[in-house]
Parts: sequence; structure tokens; C-alpha cells
Amino acid sequence: MSDSVKPMNSPEPLGQLPKPVTSMPSLAKVEAGHRAHTPSAVLAKIRTSHPRSSRVPDQIFGVIILLSAISVFAIVVLVVWELVSKSQLSLHQFGLKFFYGHDWDPVNGNFGAMPFIYGTLVSSLLALVLAVPLSVGVAVFITEMCPQSLRAIISFLVELLAAIPSVIYGLWAIFVLAPLLRVYVEPFLAKTLGWTGLFSGTPYGLGMLAAGIILAIMIVPIIASITREVLIAVPQNQREAVLALGATRWEMIRIGVLRNARIGIVGGIILGLGRALGETMAVTMVIGNTPQIAKSLFAPGYTMASVIANEFSEATGDLYLSALVEIGLALFLVTLVVNALARLLVWSITGGTARVRA
Amino acid sequence: MDQGATAFAILAAILVLVPLLAIFAYLVIKGIGSVNLAFLTQTPKPPGEAGGGMANAIVGTGLILAIASVFGVPLGIGSGIYLAEYGRNRFGDFIRFTADVLNGVPSIVIGIAVYSLIVVRQKHFSAFSGGVALGIMMIPTIARATEEMLLMVPNVVREAAYGLGIPKWRTTLSISLRTASAGVITGCMLAFARVAGETAPLLFTAFGNQFWNLKLNQPTAALSLQVFTYAISPYDEWHKQAWAGALILIVMIVGAVAAVRLTTRGSLKGA
Repeated sequence: MSDSVKPMNSPEPLGQLPKPVTSMPSLAKVEAGHRAHTPSAVLAKIRTSHPRSSRVPDQIFGVIILLSAISVFAIVVLVVWELVSKSQLSLHQFGLKFFYGHDWDPVNGNFGAMPFIYGTLVSSLLALVLAVPLSVGVAVFITEMCPQSLRAIISFLVELLAAIPSVIYGLWAIFVLAPLLRVYVEPFLAKTLGWTGLFSGTPYGLGMLAAGIILAIMIVPIIASITREVLIAVPQNQREAVLALGATRWEMIRIGVLRNARIGIVGGIILGLGRALGETMAVTMVIGNTPQIAKSLFAPGYTMASVIANEFSEATGDLYLSALVEIGLALFLVTLVVNALARLLVWSITGGTARVRA
Repeated sequence: MDQGATAFAILAAILVLVPLLAIFAYLVIKGIGSVNLAFLTQTPKPPGEAGGGMANAIVGTGLILAIASVFGVPLGIGSGIYLAEYGRNRFGDFIRFTADVLNGVPSIVIGIAVYSLIVVRQKHFSAFSGGVALGIMMIPTIARATEEMLLMVPNVVREAAYGLGIPKWRTTLSISLRTASAGVITGCMLAFARVAGETAPLLFTAFGNQFWNLKLNQPTAALSLQVFTYAISPYDEWHKQAWAGALILIVMIVGAVAAVRLTTRGSLKGA
């Protein structure tokens, strides 16, 4: 008797569910037609209330799910559409000149975005210069050197940096970082490195340097967490192989780990750059908001995101508004390219090693 | 050389953690003195007058976040389900890429888009538009988290359900999604924490308000906006209030993140 029932009631996939196993002793009852002993009362209810012949609910569900997936695409299309259509006026008026024009003169209706592009680029690059060594250092520390007990705590704290809102970074930068820079750091830099021309002029505290430093603090968690993931993805036997050749720990990290992970690390750095380019509030609060191109990092500047933040809601006139939207469009396109590049690089390393392992 | 590298790595870790500790220390030291009953129950006073509070901004933030969640959570989970259960194909890859694009769009650009989509058509700033802007920012985070968590549900569980004759929709909702629920909730909370402190997209959607407002179609105060306005103002009294507002904001956000960490610790790998 049981020979004919057993294969039907315990097919291979069901073998992993605990319930069918527990119901095995009552096979006779099942055969007698008592439905109460099917694997689980809940599942039985589900089955009886939805006959398997009905495909309509499944199709409705599929359509709803498909629609919500399409909504993601629709939102991106709407965003791009609004940016493109609202910036037409300025696109036609200025053409390419918009991007290399130096004048930002809303009163006379003359708009050139060069000072903002310059400010965005310089503040982001400054942030990268400061953040990259620190992030890679932290990631190496967490994955290769840190005692096991500290590892989780430090990764959590670094991730916590990413959870702090931009406006709070800005608040802290205005009242703590900027005075610190004005009184101690900037006079010191002017004295020692003033000859380069990068650190000259009045130390205001607020300016390009402050913006670069606060951006660096904000992008460290991004670069560090991706670098950490990429380092973890480096196969353990790479490390062992290099150590077996007699390398010291630093040589092992340099040759066995960092060299293998470099593409992924570059991806993380570019992802950090993408964040830095679009960052608005903290930068707006400390950069000084002056549309100028100055060589000194002490001088105030302006970025693409902050000019939108400051002037968008008070922009009078269609051309002014349109010029600001065009800056937004440019920002969107730049971050799009930067992010796509970064993901490609990160995928190529984590995907690659995952395949080798499997 | 070996010791130098070790020293550098330790130094880097310290240099990264110092700003974090400094920010939290300053928030507590400068903020705690101004957090009192008046701060939590009153609306802002005109500049120069002492007292007043951010009650309307705290409620406004709650209102905007509620709208954002109503809008962002179902769409995020829905697209996550699509990516995991239906999207193992070209179109799925395309949606995945689109979600990543949306994730990378600077928040200020989302603000511009929602301004032209909703504010211009409604003809005034509103809590609703602010909520939609934040909701849009929640979608990609939730979608990718839902997808990852659903993919971790073993396929045998689904096959078992199908084998029992349960339709796909019921399998997805009652079995796969329920199994993955801890991870999905984590994703939602992280998305929530990420947008809770956002300021840039609210500048020209919710706009801010010095008075009480609970209407969805009127300009609304938000904690982050209020902190920004007060921080760049020239008044000492407002600076103190900005620190207090920032303290409340960070307590909300870190509380959410820490709660998720504690409740899901151990039960989730890769979250």
C-alpha cells in the first residue's frame, strides 16, 4: 500500500519542507480522503479557495507587478522629459556658449555656466584627492588588519557616516569646520604652501577648501564600503600564494589584494565622484556662493547644484528658470555617465571573481 | 615599509572616525540645550525673539515622509518583485539599469523635475509634491533590496508551493515575500532613513512654512528645511534652534537604522 503512495507524497522538491515529513504517519487517512492532514492547514485553505484552473488572478498580478516595474522607467523618462523641455529656451538662446560663458547675469539675461561647472569639478576633485587614500586605507584596515572584534563596529560606524543627512554636514561645517579652517588650517597652509598659489588670499574659512573637505567626509563611506566589498571578493588563495612566496603583510596587500582589486576600487571611486558632483546642501552652505573662477582654494566659489538650490525658487523670468533647468540637465547627464561607468567597473570585478569561485 | 603601511591604515581609520564622532558630539552638546517642551510644541518665532520651536516642522516632516512611503514603498516592492520573479530577461536588465540610473540622479534634479511636473501644474508649493519627490528617491533603494532578498529565497520553496497547486501570485506574496520580509523591511527602513534628512528636493516642492499646516496642497515646513534656513541665517537664536532641530533629525534617522540593525542581526546575510 505504502509503496504506491510514497512517491506521490514526497517528490524531490517537497523533501526540504518539514511539514510533509511530519504528515507521513497519517498516509492512510489521506488516502481515506481526510483533507485535514494535507501538509499545512493554511496551504490547504489557499488551494481550495483558488482552484488551479483559474489563471486570471495570476495574470492580473503579473500586470500589476509589470506596471510598477514600468513606473520606474516612466519616472526616469518623465524626469528627462521635464528637464529637456523646460531647458529648451536657454538651449536655443545660448547653444554651446552656455557651457563656456563666464557671465552669470540674471538682470541682463546673460547666462554662462562656466563658473559653476568649474566649482563643481574643483570641489569634487579636491574631495576625491582627500577621500581616496583615506577610504582605501580604512577598507584595507577593516578587511586585512583589524581584529575580528573591531571589524563589525568600524564598518557600522563608517556606514553611519553615510546616514547623516547632508544638511547636518553643512551645519557642522559652517559652525565647526569653517572656523577651524579660518583660524588654524588656512593660515598654516598659506605659510607653508602659499608659493603654489593654491593657498593664498584671505582665509575666510568658507570657500572651495571647506566644500572639498566636507564632500570628502561625505564620500568616504561610499568609496570605503565598495572597496571593502571588492577586497573581500579577492580569493583567499591569492593572499596565501603571495604570503607563501615570502611576502610581508604590506607586500601581500599590495601585490595579492590591491592589484587584483584595482578595477573595482576605481569603480568605487567613480561612484563617490558621482555622489560628490550632485551633492547640494552641505556644499551650498559652505562654498561661499560666488560665481567666480579663482585659483586659490581659499576663495569662495559656486557649484551647479548650489546655484539651482539658491536661485531656482526666486528665479524671475522664463529664460532665467530655463538656464537653471539646463544646469540641472547637464548635472543629470554627467552623473548618469559617471555612475554607469562606475557600475560597469564594479560589476566587472565582483562578477568576475564570483564566476571564478563558482 | 610594512609598519608604515599598517600605521597609515590605522591613521586612515582614525581620521575617518574623528569627523563622525565630532559631528555627533557637537550635535549633542550644542543641540541638547535648546531641546525643551517649547521647542517640541511651538511654531517658530520671528527673528530676534527668543523661544519658539519646530513643532510644525517635525509634524511636516512626518507628513511628507508618510506621503513618500505611501507612494514609494508599494512601487519599490512591486518593481523588486518584478525584477526577482519575472525579470530574469532583457527587459528585467533594462529596468534594473533604469533603477540604478534613478538611484544616481542628484536629489536637486529630482526637485526640479517634481517642481515642473506637480508644483507648476498645481500653481503652488505643497506637501504632496515634497512627498512625491522623496517617494521617487525611495523606489530604487527598495526595489533593489526587495530583489536581492527575494533571490535569496531558495527556489525549492517556490517549487513546493507550485507543487501544492498554489497560484504564482499567492506564492510570491504569501511565501516568497513573507520569507524575505525581514530583508525587505530593512530595505524600506534604509530608504526611509536616506530620504528623511533630504533637503534639496524639498526646497522647491514642500518649500517650508513658518506656521502650522496639515493640508496636502499647501506649503509645509520640514525639519531639514528649517535646519537649513536657520543655519544660514545671521541670528544666534536661530543657530541654536538649528542645532536642536538637527539633533532631533539625527536621532530619528539613527534610531531607525539602529533599530533595523538590532532586530535583523543574525537573521540576514548580505543585508
